[in-house]
Amino acid sequence: MASRTFIVATLTMAGALVFSSNATVAEPPLGLPPVPVPADNPMTPEKIALGDKLFHDERFSATGDVSCATCHERDKAFTDSPLKVSEGINKATGTRNAPTVINAAFHESQFWDGREPDLEGQAGQPFLNPVEMALASHQPIVDIVKSDPEYQELVRAAFDIDPIEVTPDHVVKAIASFERTIISGNSPFDRWYFGGEDDAISDQAKRGFEVFLREGRCVSCHTISQNFALFTDHKFHNLNVGFQRVADDVVEMAAAYAEAARNKDEVDIDVLTNPASSELGRFAVDNEYPGLGAFKTPTLRNVELTAPYMHDGSLETLEDVVTHYVNGGALNEGDPINPYLSGGIRPVDLSDEQRADLVEFMKSLTSPEFAKLARGAQR
Amino acid sequence: MSTNRRNILKGLGTLAAGSVMPFSVINVVGAKPAESFTFAFVSDSHIQQIKGNQFVRNWDQGLKRAVAEVNLMSPQPDFVVYGGDIAQLALPAEIDHGLDILSGLRPKAHYILGEHDYYLDLGEYWSKQLGPHYYSFDHKGAHFVMLNSILTDEQWVNKWSSGTERMGVMAGLDDPRGSPFMVGAKQRAWLKADLDKVDRGTPIVVFSHSPLQKIFKNWNFWTDDAEEVQALLAPFDKVTVFYGHVHQIQYNQIGNISFHAAMATAWPWPYPESYAQAPNQLPVLTVPMNRADPFHERDATGWQFIDLHSGNATLTYSLTDNQMRKIGWSEKHGHPVDFDYQDEQIAAQNHY
Repeated sequence: MASRTFIVATLTMAGALVFSSNATVAEPPLGLPPVPVPADNPMTPEKIALGDKLFHDERFSATGDVSCATCHERDKAFTDSPLKVSEGINKATGTRNAPTVINAAFHESQFWDGREPDLEGQAGQPFLNPVEMALASHQPIVDIVKSDPEYQELVRAAFDIDPIEVTPDHVVKAIASFERTIISGNSPFDRWYFGGEDDAISDQAKRGFEVFLREGRCVSCHTISQNFALFTDHKFHNLNVGFQRVADDVVEMAAAYAEAARNKDEVDIDVLTNPASSELGRFAVDNEYPGLGAFKTPTLRNVELTAPYMHDGSLETLEDVVTHYVNGGALNEGDPINPYLSGGIRPVDLSDEQRADLVEFMKSLTSPEFAKLARGAQR
Repeated sequence: MSTNRRNILKGLGTLAAGSVMPFSVINVVGAKPAESFTFAFVSDSHIQQIKGNQFVRNWDQGLKRAVAEVNLMSPQPDFVVYGGDIAQLALPAEIDHGLDILSGLRPKAHYILGEHDYYLDLGEYWSKQLGPHYYSFDHKGAHFVMLNSILTDEQWVNKWSSGTERMGVMAGLDDPRGSPFMVGAKQRAWLKADLDKVDRGTPIVVFSHSPLQKIFKNWNFWTDDAEEVQALLAPFDKVTVFYGHVHQIQYNQIGNISFHAAMATAWPWPYPESYAQAPNQLPVLTVPMNRADPFHERDATGWQFIDLHSGNATLTYSLTDNQMRKIGWSEKHGHPVDFDYQDEQIAAQNHY
């Protein structure tokens, strides 16, 4: 079992990264598959160390006080909980709830609407978004990295280049490599379900897992596999969250959006700065009907720590989330349901006990390195 | 031609202008050439009352989805045709609830009757809300005929103790107490008189709820006097018949007549062959229905977007949570083909 703790160790021992000599990730923690690593960006301890520093550097923002870690803080399970939506420079607010970086390495696309295919693509965008770090270009980052002696050394070690040659591509590759170390399994659920430890979770959590698999219909999107569980199907679904903000205007908005044909940098800015555009969801990215109001299925790992929930942070508690699904996409019974609602969402008849069991199951998905946050978490 | 959804939303401008269509507009000698235009075809919503103002949610959602998607088309289709079976048991509450949802359509809608709208009160309430049971109109050089094909013989109609009982029997897909559908002599006489006024080169578009061809009698995928109706349509150069009722993709060519079926917004039916107990003469199932995922309640439901060009139709099936299908006239084959799935070796079925 010792090998399973390798990745966990990288999280808890700042700087003391533990990797084998050929720089591949050791056996993944219980409940997770091996981390997918792009061929053109192999992970090395040096690159990860560079990415770690870049991730936490507040100088890469227009006001000099916002870093990636501002909204993805280790002590908040790599989110900005309990904020509903993220705050960038000068407390500017975006439109979306910060997803955790934990296990983002396994996602087949990044951001709530999947507008970037990978961590490298994701990492470059917040620097430039006016409600996040608000730089005019990536040049200030490159300039700092070129001139800071500490970065010069890290860049040499990570990429074997003269620091004068550093580009934004090196920056995002290093950040992505660091983020690929932020993975976390080995939860009580994993120890029970994959590890065979019968008493790792409570009977209530086990009953909740049955609800998760059967009457609750949860597993259809929050999928689990034979040897691991990412709790996401990597797809986009309209859950009737936030969509009422645009329900009356969606025909004109969709047509105008398709007409405008924004490039991906423009979409990034628009969906985070324009609350109406944000609710178009996946449609803003691919201009295809099924994506209207649809957002990516998030993982459920460590979900106890990442309140509030949904793309707009509009649901405060896990109990509210369960109620929303039980009502077929409505926190309050009778709330209007939009016609683009995912076909998988329909009212489910769960008893109060089953709902409580389901929440207890979700709390069994907290990984040990974050368990202390759970104890202090606001319920 | 790619059939992804982006084309529908973003490419319609070019579709309508003909720039990406694989077909050229052919002027028909002796007639005013038909223009190329588009319309939508929504059918079989089966709105079902539970009690009071409670209706089956799934069927409501299917119709709402179709209405929302039609409204998203840009540019808008010229009009919408609703192919029958708004209601499940022809209750006024069901018809009204369905029409309330359909009132959200931005383009004008034309309606035909389905048996689920009819057999409670023989179409009286439907008619009060929507007008005559059969009629015709002209649009941009094409002649549209809206038939009531779900009539049956008087004796059967009058043998039941109540309209409710009669409706209940006819509502069953495989109820042996049912009766074959027909257009009937009176309506055929009207049709003959209506068509007599139309130039033979004018494209004819017919809507009927049941197929005007004989597919499977047990399920009333059938119109008893189909041959007589087809004979009235035979003199025209180009005829396209659209029908609902079967809740699945079907297409066929009989002589000059192209046939196309609609998906339901409510639920899919299987192909009848899979239920046949004995040897039969059903047309061969060439492309099995692609069930996206039965977990999704909109699985294998949808609506149709129709491009009428040179009097021929190309249907794009908008299938929720599934890949679009595109089926249309092929000059090369002389019958409709599935642009993506049709094995070109399989001949059209024309033995009826």
